[in-house]
Amino acid sequence: MDAFNTLVLVLDSTLRLSAPLLLACLAGLYSERAGVFDIGLEGKMLAAAFAAAATAAVTQSAWLGLLAGIGASVALALVHGFACITHRGNQIVSGVAINFVALGMTALLGQAWFSRGGRTPALDSESRFGSLTLPGADALADVPVIGGIYSELLSGHNGLVYAAFLAVPLTAWVLMKTRFGLRLRATGENPAAVDTAGISVAAVRYKAVICCGLLCGLAGAYLSIAQTAGFVQNMTAGKGFIALAALVFAKWRPVQAMFACLLFGALDAVAIRMQGVELAGFAVPVTFIQALPYILTVILLAGFVGRAVPPKAGGVPYVKER
Amino acid sequence: MSAPQASLPGWIDYGVIPLTNLLLAFLVAGCLVLLIGENPIEAVQLMLDGSLGFGEGIGFTLFYATSFILTGLAVAVAFHGGLFNIGGEGQAYVAGLGAALVALNFDTQLHWLMVMLMAMVASAAFGAVWALVPAWLQAKRGSHVVITTIMFNFIASSLMVYLLVNVLSPEGSMAPETRTFEVNGRIPKLDSFMQWFGVDIGSAPLNASFFVALLACVFVYLLIWKTRLGYEIRAFGANPTAAAYAGINPVRITLIAMMLSGGLAGLMALNPVMGDQARLNVEFVGGAGFVGIAVALMGRAHPVGIVLASVLFGMLYQGGAELAFEKPNITRDLVIAIQGLVILFVGALEHLTRPWVARAYSHWAGGR
Repeated sequence: MDAFNTLVLVLDSTLRLSAPLLLACLAGLYSERAGVFDIGLEGKMLAAAFAAAATAAVTQSAWLGLLAGIGASVALALVHGFACITHRGNQIVSGVAINFVALGMTALLGQAWFSRGGRTPALDSESRFGSLTLPGADALADVPVIGGIYSELLSGHNGLVYAAFLAVPLTAWVLMKTRFGLRLRATGENPAAVDTAGISVAAVRYKAVICCGLLCGLAGAYLSIAQTAGFVQNMTAGKGFIALAALVFAKWRPVQAMFACLLFGALDAVAIRMQGVELAGFAVPVTFIQALPYILTVILLAGFVGRAVPPKAGGVPYVKER
Repeated sequence: MSAPQASLPGWIDYGVIPLTNLLLAFLVAGCLVLLIGENPIEAVQLMLDGSLGFGEGIGFTLFYATSFILTGLAVAVAFHGGLFNIGGEGQAYVAGLGAALVALNFDTQLHWLMVMLMAMVASAAFGAVWALVPAWLQAKRGSHVVITTIMFNFIASSLMVYLLVNVLSPEGSMAPETRTFEVNGRIPKLDSFMQWFGVDIGSAPLNASFFVALLACVFVYLLIWKTRLGYEIRAFGANPTAAAYAGINPVRITLIAMMLSGGLAGLMALNPVMGDQARLNVEFVGGAGFVGIAVALMGRAHPVGIVLASVLFGMLYQGGAELAFEKPNITRDLVIAIQGLVILFVGALEHLTRPWVARAYSHWAGGR
């Protein structure tokens, strides 16, 4: 029974930890499937986390915080779009730039506005998202096994965690079953064909980039006003890049993205529990577990486990023929 | 925007346009300073005074510039080969291990110059090897070098933290760092050299690796523009298909360009590890690998431009520290934001001002 409880606890924190990864990963998916590479996921998340926490601290409203977070992230996404779509700038360079602008600005403004070493004031329970209890969770809590799974594992998470996992089927449906999704994927594979059909490549890409900003905004807001109660300098700490790795790992597909994020989230959850634990007299280096997502992605990229082929037109600005 | 881009004289392409873009970046940064309720003019004044106003400031400025020149050259060499090496940070980090191993093993036995030369070879080799894997994956497996170098930055960071905590830190020490190198394992400071110019650099850590950086500039210039290999690298960067038809082996060029890039980034480790701290510690790279991207973009991947851009970024880093000291409200994070803005305006939005400048130029040239 102890092992079962531990397992439930680990899986429970896996869900918590993979939610922001999943949101950011799906964000990248929209953008990259439309042919706009985005290594600025990290920066957009960070900006959203700061904007959300700062707004929530001032207005005492989690919802306004969420809105501000999304606003900040979408604004950066539009900067990325302006540079890469309108001005055909290098998408990688633009992504790097956005990461640094966000890293510098959030720390600078945080210190200037709140004078707490770059932190925002701690949020009370009113101004952040609390956990939701699923219907019947309390009643089932004492039932063995099912109670553990339903009441502990599935219930009692934050609204944004559920939103993240609901975004998976939604994204899959949008991408595969709607006209917008078809156009988006076509823009990422063969923009000239999209153009020939009389559809604006730039408009499709801008829409995709805005979707990306929206989801990154949710991911960032989750970090600062749901999972924790306030913004800390550089609080994303590479999550945007893990999400990027997950996207490659999932070969740019939504459902696989969920599994990749769950895997990377589980590694994180295990790494936290392994701190100082010895397995058969051998201390497992936590740093190794933390590096595993990156190592796994490199191995995948090496083509030893299947082959990850990015969208064909990814990274290439579209120039209309004349 | 839609008109085919007119060709402009070189001094506009390499001088006026980057400077206009730089000006835009600083204008936005100025607005940022206004936003937090400080005076941007005063901030610029403080930064200039802090970085160039006194000897120690100049020493620090050039110390930072040394690192940035090397990481900037690293990015530039890869650029010429059409590759984007974001992994300078990780390559320099791992290269620190090479430099430290040499210093730890020989600092009591050999002359400092010998130790330094061996450390140069070791750090360049470690950096090159760390760049080799992403290069091989790109050349042979077609995976994008940008993604893999990002991954390798994180892997390098984990690896080095593990080594420093578990292997390299001396017995009984909790700090994640090696023991301090003896005098022969350090690179001498340039205080007496700078005295010749009448500059007293005080306690600033400017050291002889500054000359390594300048030599690297000459090396890169000769390599890229005066050798057959350099020509092949540029040809491959300009048009890989045409280069392949001309008999240039893409795998070979990708591997060589990335290893050169990693080696140059690796040399950067000498500056903080043996020139300043005299020990290997965590985070000694301190973002210099990423500054290299900004520097290479600003310097148009040319050694002269890179030296100028590096000195500018050295001034920003040193001036930013002084500014943060004078005005606690403006933390050093301003410099990181400026770095991002410079990359954005000079790199990603490089075509933004081109039509305006072109129009202004044709107006001026036509009216002459």
